[in-house]
Amino acid sequence: MSQHDDDDQQTTSSEAIPEPEGASDIIDTDYEIGQDNITPSIGPFGLDIHNPVFLVSGLVVMAFVIITLAFQNQVGPIFTDLRGFLTSSFDWFFLMAGNLFVLVCLGILVSPLGKVRIGGVDATPDYSYGGWFAMLFAAGMGIGLMFFGVLEPVYYFGTPWGDQPLMRDIGIVDGVLADPAAVEAARLTAMAATIYHWGLHPWAIYAVVALSLALFAYNKGLPLTIRSMFYPIFGERIWGWPGHVIDILAVFATLFGLATSLGLGAQQASAGIGFVFGIEGINDTVTASVVLIVIITGMALISVMRGLDGGVKVLSEINMGLAVLLLAFVLLAGPTLTLVTQFFGNLGAYFSEIGALSNPIGREDDGYRQGWTAFYWAWWISWSPFVGMFIARVSRGRTVREFITCVLLIPTLVSAVWMTVFGGTAIDQLINTVTESAVYGYVIAAYVPELSLFGMLSQLPLAAISSTLAIILVIVFFVTSSDSGSLVIDTITAGGKIDAPVSQRVFWVIFEGLVAAALLIGGGLAALQAASVSTGLPFAIVLVLACYALVKGLLSEPRG
Amino acid sequence: MYRKVIFPVDLTHVDDLSKALQTTLDLANHYKAEICFVGVTGTAPNAVTHTPQEYERKLRAFADEQGKAHGLKCSATACISPDPSIDTDKTLLAAIDDLGGDLVVMQTHAPNALDYIWAGHGDTIAAHSGASVFLVR
Repeated sequence: MSQHDDDDQQTTSSEAIPEPEGASDIIDTDYEIGQDNITPSIGPFGLDIHNPVFLVSGLVVMAFVIITLAFQNQVGPIFTDLRGFLTSSFDWFFLMAGNLFVLVCLGILVSPLGKVRIGGVDATPDYSYGGWFAMLFAAGMGIGLMFFGVLEPVYYFGTPWGDQPLMRDIGIVDGVLADPAAVEAARLTAMAATIYHWGLHPWAIYAVVALSLALFAYNKGLPLTIRSMFYPIFGERIWGWPGHVIDILAVFATLFGLATSLGLGAQQASAGIGFVFGIEGINDTVTASVVLIVIITGMALISVMRGLDGGVKVLSEINMGLAVLLLAFVLLAGPTLTLVTQFFGNLGAYFSEIGALSNPIGREDDGYRQGWTAFYWAWWISWSPFVGMFIARVSRGRTVREFITCVLLIPTLVSAVWMTVFGGTAIDQLINTVTESAVYGYVIAAYVPELSLFGMLSQLPLAAISSTLAIILVIVFFVTSSDSGSLVIDTITAGGKIDAPVSQRVFWVIFEGLVAAALLIGGGLAALQAASVSTGLPFAIVLVLACYALVKGLLSEPRG
Repeated sequence: MYRKVIFPVDLTHVDDLSKALQTTLDLANHYKAEICFVGVTGTAPNAVTHTPQEYERKLRAFADEQGKAHGLKCSATACISPDPSIDTDKTLLAAIDDLGGDLVVMQTHAPNALDYIWAGHGDTIAAHSGASVFLVR
């Protein structure tokens, strides 16, 4: 490594860890960004793509789609079993890895390393706090909050399938509410267990990946692609096949994660439309879902063609505005005072239960720990290359302390508020009207998860308006994941270049929509989503190594 | 007639700019005008630079080199964009305005079918800039 000493920063720090000089600590490598790229032309379209990452990723994705379509009955169970095997056999590893990521992030936050600035000591932020937070939150979690905000708390409160968190007593058994003290205890456990899945742990996974990528690209001068964060481990070999495999795996996980979520999400959104507007049998054919995929892909296309500033950021801000509107509506139309009071209790329960919930060994709640927690962790980790890289791209100019505060702590609080309002309202309906409540019907009596949110909204005033807003929000959340995901895939397959021809990002948006539509029409969405989530295990292993690389990389940075 | 000639530079393809560069130097010489080399770079590392600051230094060195070699007043302005694939035209137009350039000389590609859908950088600058624009094929 060579010192990058164009700046007159001084090493006058009195901190325990010696502070290096210079604006940032550039890694001295012979690799030139784009040296493996090829620039073919298809008609008038010029391309600038990494060879072999672009071609192999594209071919692998197409091969998986074709094989899944052709051999659905054989392939489906294989991928679903693989995911089940990984989450039930390696649940301890996922839980331990999750805990490690949280501890590493909190350790960096409170240490002098928090003063390192992404992009070097004299870098300035590219985005305001509002725009930055809107983008990172919309890409990372939005759609899940819509789907699970009602479902998960209600499920843990009254699951009749014996998979409640920590094997605690549930609040409703065979349609009969427990005594008030037991109901309150079950409610607190349900909220703590839900916030645990949407709080520090998932955001720590994203933060580790995002911070590593940002550090190795903006401070160390390596290409903005997933392989760069493993440079301290693999050294120059990272420019060869070990790096190609990491990048291809990242493209695979991102594309299938997005395409299958888009396909399944379109089905859920059309079910919601059918429910709200009373259209019977809307999901009997795939027409409505395919139309939704075309709309979402079209909006994502406009967004990426308008760029980060004019498209992705604007849409993310609109998205946040709509989400705040829906949140405010449920808060005001729901049991407002109860929810406000419960928020602090829920947060307290989360922090007091986090030790028990995150303990990887000696537990008996297999259904919760393996079926929910390990599944979520594998899911977050498989999404981490996409979300991490997108967050990295928009975080230049922030200090590490600001970064961890805004990527770990604030999102955790936002998730806790969201879960309190949506889950709290739903549980309140359940307590007041028990088996008469819509959420009881959709979550406990029968399991129709895609209608749980709409069920809760249907029992509040102005249900038609709020449900329509919820459907629009679901669609916009998909667009904000789809556009940022396509930008990430484009950058990885261009070898870390962010100035590749626009036609490439257009290709990836359309390709993602086509994969989603093909799998929706031909079947296999759930199978390939399972395959995508299965990439969580190999990524979890390399992310543990990445923590070491991250700390080592931060130690050699000046703290201006 | 012209006081400041703006010459947009892509440092990754300097070798391809010889014809446009020579045109710029000749025009500046003829009109005793200043040349301002303007480069748009992404925030992420690229083939020629690791950081935007390094890009700025290289662009300045390029401008100084041209100024010394041809006895002309040359300056450099580096513009940083988080998404240069999309924002280059917008950034260049703003820079031309801010710098008060009255002539822009730009290298551009030979026309092709794609120009009907997506205009090239030169086409967009010529269509939207208040300055005179000289496109060099």
